[in-house]
Amino acid sequence: MSENAAPNAGHTSGLEGSPLSDEQFLQELRQQMHRFASLQLGDPQLAEDAVQEALVGAIKNVRTFAGRAALKTWVFAILKNKIADSLRQRQRFVDADQLLGADREGHDHDELFDRRGHWLKDERPAHWEDPEAAIHDKHFWRVFESCLNYLPARQAQVFMMREFIELESHEICAAAEITVSNLNVTLHRARLRLRECLENNWFGREEG
Amino acid sequence: MKNCREVTRLLSESQERELTLAERTSLKFHLAMCSGCRNFGKHLGTLRKIARSYAHGAADRTEDSDNRDK
Repeated sequence: MSENAAPNAGHTSGLEGSPLSDEQFLQELRQQMHRFASLQLGDPQLAEDAVQEALVGAIKNVRTFAGRAALKTWVFAILKNKIADSLRQRQRFVDADQLLGADREGHDHDELFDRRGHWLKDERPAHWEDPEAAIHDKHFWRVFESCLNYLPARQAQVFMMREFIELESHEICAAAEITVSNLNVTLHRARLRLRECLENNWFGREEG
Repeated sequence: MKNCREVTRLLSESQERELTLAERTSLKFHLAMCSGCRNFGKHLGTLRKIARSYAHGAADRTEDSDNRDK
C-alpha cells in the first residue's frame, strides 16, 4: 500500500483497495441510493443530503468491511435511518400533495374483482413455485424493480416505508399525514398490485 | 360472509396489526373454501420477505456473483 494514496485526508487513507475507491462501483451505488431516497422523500435535494450523509459515514468506517456486499448492506442501513429521520423531522412541514403525489389511484384494482367482490377468474392468485429461489436471481430483481416503479407514487412510498424502512403504522401515518384507514387502503392496493405484477411477470410465467 | 376483496384487505391488515378473534374466524371460514385468497395470504408473506431482502441488498449480492467477467 502506498503511503501517498490519500494526500488530503489522513482519515480516509483506508480507501485504497476498498470498494469505495472503485469509481464505477461508487457511481452505481450512489445512483441506487439516490433512487431509493428520492422515492421515499419525494425531493431530490433532501434525497441527495441523505445519500451524502450515509456515504460520509461509510467512508469513515470503510476499513470495517470485507467486501462490497457487506459495505452496501451497511450503507443502505444508514441511508434508511437518515430517510426515517428526515421523514419524522419534516412531518409538520410537509405538503401532503407533494409527498403523496396526485391521488390517481381511486379504483385501480377494481378490475381484479367482480361486482360481488370475488376474484375474476383470470386474476385469482395462483400457487407460486419456490418463491425463495427468486431472491438469488438477479433477473428477478429487475422484474421487482419494474413492478415497484409501476406502482402509483403514493403507493410505492407508503409500501417502502412499511417494508423497506420497516416503520410502524403510526409512524407512517405521521410522516405521510394520512389516517390509519387510509394507510390500510393504500397498503392493500400496493400489495394487490405488486403481487399481481410479480405473478404476471415472474412467478406465473411458466404455464405450459 | 366476506367476499374476496374484503378478505384480502383483512389479510393485508394482518401485516400491520393483530386481528380480532371475530376477524380471524371470518377469515378462516373464507380461506377454507377459497384457494385464491389462500394463495394471496401466502404471497403477502413472500412479498414481505422479498422486500426486506431487497432493502438489505440482496439484489446487489446476486449481481456481484456473476457480473465479473462479461
